[in-house]
Amino acid sequence: MNTVNVTVNLTMALTIGGLYAVGFYLLLQRSLMRIIIGIVIVGHAANMFLQLAGGPPGRSPIVGVSPAEEMTDPLPQAMALTAIVITFALTTFLLALAYRSSVLLGHDEVRDDVEDRRIRRQQQRVDEREEPDEPGADRKFEFGTDNDKEATR
Amino acid sequence: MLLLVTAHLVLAALLPTVSRWLGRWAFAVGAILPAVSLGWALTSLTEVLAGGTVDESVAWAPVLGLTFTLRLDILSLLMIFLVSGVGVLILCYCVYYFKPDAQSNSRTSALLVAFAGAMLGLVLADDLFTLYIFWELTTVCSFLLVGQDGNTKQQRRSSIQALLVTVLGGLSMLLGFVLLGEQAGTYRISEIVASPPAAGALTSTALVLILLGAFTKSAQVPFHTWLPGAMVAPTPVSAYLHAASMVKAGVYLVARLSPAFSDHTPWWPLIATLGIWTMLIGGYRALFERDLKTLLAYGTVSQLGFLMVLMGAGSHTVAMAGATMLIAHGLFKSTLFLVVGIIDHQAGTRNIDELSGIRRRFPVLTVIGAIGALSMAGIPPLFGFLGKEAAFEGFLESGTTGDLVVLVGLVLGSALTAAYSFRFLWGAFGTKPGVEDSSAPKPSLGLMVPAAVPAALTLLLGVVASLFNALATTYAEPYPAGDHPYYLALWHGFSLPLLLSAVVVASGVGLHLARDRVVRLGGWLPDFLQAQPGYERTVAGLDTVSYAVTGRFQAGSLPTYLAIILLTFVLVPGSAVLTGGSMPEELRLWDSAVQVPVAILVLTAAIAVTMAKRRMTAVILTGVVGYGIGAFFVLDGGPDLALAQFLVETLTLVAFVFVLRRLPSRFTQVESTRSPRWPKVAVSVAAGALVAVSALVFSGARQAPPEASEGFVEAAPEGAHANNVVNAILVDFRAFDTVGEISVLAVAATGVASLILATRRARRPSAAEETEGPRKSREVRK
Repeated sequence: MNTVNVTVNLTMALTIGGLYAVGFYLLLQRSLMRIIIGIVIVGHAANMFLQLAGGPPGRSPIVGVSPAEEMTDPLPQAMALTAIVITFALTTFLLALAYRSSVLLGHDEVRDDVEDRRIRRQQQRVDEREEPDEPGADRKFEFGTDNDKEATR
Repeated sequence: MLLLVTAHLVLAALLPTVSRWLGRWAFAVGAILPAVSLGWALTSLTEVLAGGTVDESVAWAPVLGLTFTLRLDILSLLMIFLVSGVGVLILCYCVYYFKPDAQSNSRTSALLVAFAGAMLGLVLADDLFTLYIFWELTTVCSFLLVGQDGNTKQQRRSSIQALLVTVLGGLSMLLGFVLLGEQAGTYRISEIVASPPAAGALTSTALVLILLGAFTKSAQVPFHTWLPGAMVAPTPVSAYLHAASMVKAGVYLVARLSPAFSDHTPWWPLIATLGIWTMLIGGYRALFERDLKTLLAYGTVSQLGFLMVLMGAGSHTVAMAGATMLIAHGLFKSTLFLVVGIIDHQAGTRNIDELSGIRRRFPVLTVIGAIGALSMAGIPPLFGFLGKEAAFEGFLESGTTGDLVVLVGLVLGSALTAAYSFRFLWGAFGTKPGVEDSSAPKPSLGLMVPAAVPAALTLLLGVVASLFNALATTYAEPYPAGDHPYYLALWHGFSLPLLLSAVVVASGVGLHLARDRVVRLGGWLPDFLQAQPGYERTVAGLDTVSYAVTGRFQAGSLPTYLAIILLTFVLVPGSAVLTGGSMPEELRLWDSAVQVPVAILVLTAAIAVTMAKRRMTAVILTGVVGYGIGAFFVLDGGPDLALAQFLVETLTLVAFVFVLRRLPSRFTQVESTRSPRWPKVAVSVAAGALVAVSALVFSGARQAPPEASEGFVEAAPEGAHANNVVNAILVDFRAFDTVGEISVLAVAATGVASLILATRRARRPSAAEETEGPRKSREVRK
């Protein structure tokens, strides 16, 4: 532990990268269950990342069992331990959300946000009315009135 | 000084409560502090005239080198006369101007006092950041005062335009300040002016950015249109903010920095061009206005251009003219605004076409207004005449071509100024054929006195010209004076400036007499010279861009959002890692050979998760990944970690199984038909690869042995009576972190419980309806 060892374990790095890729892919899905699984896997990978960045492996950090020079760094382990527990808390909360969603809606799919869709439609409408020669002629800039216009249309 | 500024802000916070007791007399309470400031400034007068300064500094964030630094010198003193002096008059005037029971009184009084404090801070600031903070505070006050309660479209539009334009300038100015401060090595204004940074591209950029701030604040072309728009504010507010004090902040900044930068390349040419252009455009537009207040606003625009030129020129005589005009303008413009306020208040209109016969009705008011307008036109023996004469003399002195061009511009601008001054007099007080005399009750003394005081000063300072001489000379001291330094006087003999003044007045009278023909022009300007359409086009363009950006990125779909975040992660930190990071010197394939089969197992299980069609399969495979990670921890030398991992993984599996009972056994397959799979795969693989690379780079970046951990290892047996260092860290050294962690667990547990209980409760009352919906959609899925 007293010397700085800059050799890095390639197998672990690749495993971390692979787990992150899988986790990201699952996060990009629409099924809430897949998204939760994605978060769990990214959480695992992050804990491994902590260990890899925390230095080379050694013997368990228990005084009296291993000499101090051969111990692994205990701090990343303490951090990862905390992270594991918090990931668990987050997972159960998300599972409860998925449960509620399935009971109320009958599915656990993440649908598109209606409000955001409305903005997109409005933008398309602006795009259609191209009139770069006379801006402000019929579309005077005004705060707070767009919603009203939208409502009356 | 800092105490005075803070007192203003505190009083502003208290005024809404005070006005509940005192009604509109709250304005009078507000006037106390500006009066105190004015008194303090007057007591410091002798010291400042002797060349001394009053300094005060409070460390704000010493680690970052940030201090609130205030400094009173001659320029600050002149500005305080305007800020606090006019402030007292305006606040007293407000008492009689606003209705006793107006709802807005508490708001307006508080904002006016807050503004007075911010403005006082602005003119006293000796630190670029302090200046910037007060600068933006005045902008915010102006926005709130112009917008009032925002009931009308015009109020909203004008206040937003004023805010957008001045904040744009303010931000660019901040950028300029940072550049300038870094170039100079200090953010103290007095130090920068004493030893300015060398000329160069960076300094020039900084100066242009700072000037942009000054130009927007002081309503220079092409940013000037916000100022006439801001006239929707109540007249006392316009008189104070948009004539006497706030709009002079830009002029003040130029005056503050000119001793150091007047010979830097972009400074003077830029100021001279835009200043004269502003003076001409403002004067021209004022010739056509029918609303007295807007007429004055264009006049202010024009005069601000004039002041910019005088403050930026950097010669002794012109600087004297600048100081004189600064005060002269403050005095006559506040007089005129207050007079217009009285006319509006009594007659109910300020439209030139509707007013008639005011001169006969209010002779005293007419005299007051005439003094103001004639001082503006530059008629002796009024104060404005002194300033104008000094300006002409100053640009004649050197005789260079550039100065003569500027002089021609100033003479033209002054002629326009004289013309609209006469137009104002005629429009406000004159008797117009075919218009019936305005009937108006006599104004109260409380309205007349605040208007009469600056008019009296205008007359006094003009007649006794030597009164102001010492102030003007002290202000101009940084600029080298010639062998025969200029002095302010009504009579310098038959000289060229006098002739020019005569020409100015004569052409002003001529333009006014030919007003019918002039008005027929209708204020016509070629399109490319109009600033307002430019502003509207810019804002509409921003509007379109923001719609386009929001519409494209705010698509409403969670996968799209996450993909955008991941792509940003790959592109921004990714390029930094790839270009800036260095790979570790030595790569090892594995620490122990057992890691390889475990890695293969974990990765295979993970990939299988993505392909699983059944939820249960996916969950079990996730469990395999979790246990595999546990195995890694064992190999890595972390028994506690592995133990926790195995336990938590088991618990997670149990929780999953509870929820899976509620869900259909197969994943719904909607998404695969909706969009192709490969973009998601590509994005996730790219992001995963980047994580792998950064894992190598970060892990290889270790430079020192971990001292914190060594300390933990040493302290564990004695300090925590524990041999297991990880345990000692968790429950002893970093016990508070663990308390936080437990709270997270508690919060999550509460959340889970309430979600599940709420779901049960929601299902109970309308069981028939609720179950109908889910069943239907379930059938659709099948």
